[in-house]
Amino acid sequence: MGRARTIARRSFLVGSAAIAGGVAFGYYAYKRPAENPLLDGLAEGAAALTPYVKIDGSGITLITPRADSGQGAYSVQAALIAEELDVTLDQVTVDPGTPSPAYYNTALAADAAPFRPTDERFVAESARNVIDVMMKFLGMQITGGSTTVPDSYEKLRMAGAVARETLKRAAAQQTGLDVAQLKTAQGQVELPDGRVIPYTDLAPMAAKLTPVTGVALRDPSTWRLVGKSMQRTDIIAKSTGTQAYGIDFEMAGMLHASVRTNPRRGGVMNGFDASAVQNMRGVVDVVQITGGVAVLADNTWRAIQAVEAIEIDWGPAPYPAEIAGHWQALSDSFDAALRDSRRRDTGDVDAALSGANLIEAEYRAPYLAHAPLEPTSATVLVGEDRIDIWAGTQIPRLVQRNVAALTGLDMENVHVHGQVMGGSFGLRLEDRAIREATEIALQRPGVPIKLTYSREEDTTHDDTRQIAMARGRGTVRDGRVEAFDLGIAMPSIIASQMGRQGLTMPGPDMQIVAGAWDQPFAIPNYRVSGYRAPELAPISSWRAVGASTNGFFHDVFLDELIHAAGADPMAERIRLCWHDPSRKALEAVAEMSNWGSALAPNTGRGVAFCLSFGVPTAEVIEVTATDDGIRIDKVWVAAEVGRVVDPDMFENVVQGGIIWALGHAMNSEVTYFDGQIDQRNYYDFEGMRHDQTPLIEVRGLENGDAVRGIGEPMVPPASAALSNAIFAATGQRIREMPMNRFIDFA
Amino acid sequence: MKLSVNGTDHEVDVEDDMPLLWVLRDELNIKGVKYGCGVAACGACTVHIDGVAVRSCQVSAADVDGRVTTIEGLGTPEALHAIQAAWIAHQVAQCGYCQSGQMMQAAALLSEIPDPSDTDIDEALRGNLCRCGTYLRIHAAIKTAAAALRTN
Repeated sequence: MGRARTIARRSFLVGSAAIAGGVAFGYYAYKRPAENPLLDGLAEGAAALTPYVKIDGSGITLITPRADSGQGAYSVQAALIAEELDVTLDQVTVDPGTPSPAYYNTALAADAAPFRPTDERFVAESARNVIDVMMKFLGMQITGGSTTVPDSYEKLRMAGAVARETLKRAAAQQTGLDVAQLKTAQGQVELPDGRVIPYTDLAPMAAKLTPVTGVALRDPSTWRLVGKSMQRTDIIAKSTGTQAYGIDFEMAGMLHASVRTNPRRGGVMNGFDASAVQNMRGVVDVVQITGGVAVLADNTWRAIQAVEAIEIDWGPAPYPAEIAGHWQALSDSFDAALRDSRRRDTGDVDAALSGANLIEAEYRAPYLAHAPLEPTSATVLVGEDRIDIWAGTQIPRLVQRNVAALTGLDMENVHVHGQVMGGSFGLRLEDRAIREATEIALQRPGVPIKLTYSREEDTTHDDTRQIAMARGRGTVRDGRVEAFDLGIAMPSIIASQMGRQGLTMPGPDMQIVAGAWDQPFAIPNYRVSGYRAPELAPISSWRAVGASTNGFFHDVFLDELIHAAGADPMAERIRLCWHDPSRKALEAVAEMSNWGSALAPNTGRGVAFCLSFGVPTAEVIEVTATDDGIRIDKVWVAAEVGRVVDPDMFENVVQGGIIWALGHAMNSEVTYFDGQIDQRNYYDFEGMRHDQTPLIEVRGLENGDAVRGIGEPMVPPASAALSNAIFAATGQRIREMPMNRFIDFA
Repeated sequence: MKLSVNGTDHEVDVEDDMPLLWVLRDELNIKGVKYGCGVAACGACTVHIDGVAVRSCQVSAADVDGRVTTIEGLGTPEALHAIQAAWIAHQVAQCGYCQSGQMMQAAALLSEIPDPSDTDIDEALRGNLCRCGTYLRIHAAIKTAAAALRTN
């Protein structure tokens, strides 16, 4: 313990933070660094040089604590460590590690504070840092908000550098040479005479040393990996069917479970009749859990068949039973008493709107399911004094806490083994299935229980994207946008999502206006207000969160005003934009698409812009009105991310995000009937298909000095650019999603 | 009942109506085939029966009337099929969950049409959903694999 504490206090976390963040970490209330979790249970002769690098006789392991839901997070994290550690990616093992406060997420706090991402003043930085301290205190090892790269960019390279220098020091002691004479490459220390010592041989000596701190990071011009296209560490497994996901987990003696809980979410179960199930083949037991019932069987299919055969009497939903009631609740929320924020209010909006020629419009965006292709699953084994969980999750620390509360164990006895996820898009920020599996497993101690949702249970119990409505009022004068007043109403995503974790976030919920209030346009009279609708059905973070709806509202209304002014949609956005990196994104997409060039008949182009998650993103979409409906021909995207860590993966993720956003905008919605989600499977929640996919040209810009993540920012402008393009091609303005309510798609 | 999967004969004792998908996954522990929807709406469970692509969630165990091939039978990390090699070269996968089904569908397409047009690919693959949106790379990888198979 003595050694562990000594090293932990000197571990690189705070040192690197001081180097990387300067003022950001300068006044930590909690200065004591988190302990290095790798020091627990480390074998003799193995070295855990930082919380991210573990070396023993059998090899080098890089710890990548941010979950990978498919966007390559493990690979990117490994590359950042490997860059400074001087190893190649094919000579290391990548492991998500054990949940620990050491892996708290610094970058996630940035978007929670009510300061525009373009605001670099001290007060804004300070507010972000206060939340940063809070996050560290809570030890929130969360994956989300496109934060993996921003959070990891300095931290993981420093982890590699500290480990490398410590290994060199160990080699110096072993050989009697001066450290300055030593070099490193390919997982070895190179001596001046040409001999090499593998890192794995140096581990026992390095473990006895205090990690070397104060290491300077290398100049980007010397990088071997970062900034270049790399082969993803998981690509062979994912191209041969050999990648194991959470749903594939197997253990000897395991039982399969499937559940049904009230589809009127939050309603009670009045009772059930399982008599039809008892004699079904393979059924082992029927057990009750909070708000529902589960079947245990010897096979997944038998468990699902049986649980669907149970007659259940469900209580009513605690929210309006029909979708019209949800829209009404939003409509009623445009009320000064429910105003949650008005952080954007420049010029004299009321005076500007009092004249003639007021332009008004109302916009709607529906609930949407996350519907990752891998149905939700979790495996839980209740032991005598510990509990083990195998599941894909973005919130391993909260899972530990929640399962501890359910079982009466201490958090440290709850062992979360993160599994590879078949998609998430935000859904794995929820842990309902893990809690349900724990409740089942508590009734079968010593037996591993794998809970698998049917697709129908998954879709009808999705903690969906928010439903949202916006109302815009504006004026134009002399060919320019003169006044822009946008009100947005939605229930609080944070309140619903954090509420399920027993947490509250004080102050306004900036997600209600994210992607709208924080846009870099110098409109003379410019106001954005957020209205907090009452809590309705459960909602959660869905790719791009608040901005997924607000990017649509803000940019389509801006487009309407620009058309009313008779201005060019691209030129007027560029003229209005005061933020250099944002304007460059617009200029880049104009150049890429050759904006203004002649188009074929029935073809139209729309441009849209949104700054979200710190990433200015501009998109142009070209559509053609065909006899079969609207065909999306081509999309151009320019996104300012500071540094593109892997160009090939960047392109893939951006293209995928565009397809995600357009597919949902075209044809997807979640509605409620009789208190239940109407949609059940991919036949009524479809998204985009292979044959509808447009060409998508992507450019990552590197003008800014902050490094940003790209998991989400491409989403908000896409639906707006589609609406704007359809208007350009047909003259029809679509203000509500899904758009196939109003127009056919080819 | 008897089942031939990837060249190996198996004897399984299951209900006649258990879908092939679950026989493969839970009875034979062949996990490359994926459960996505259970109703032939996503294509993640696509396998071949005598070389023809089928949705294994819609084929009852009793109705399997030929040799079954899954992604594990198409190729392995040590001996890649041309389609898998193309999938790696194009870095197609994101979450990867749908890709077994995509590759099995693509393999069936190429055995029928060695030089498919864009429309051929669009039509053959439209039933295979990818929530991560990797369609452009799937499309490109199929063309690369087709070219490789034609020269071999």
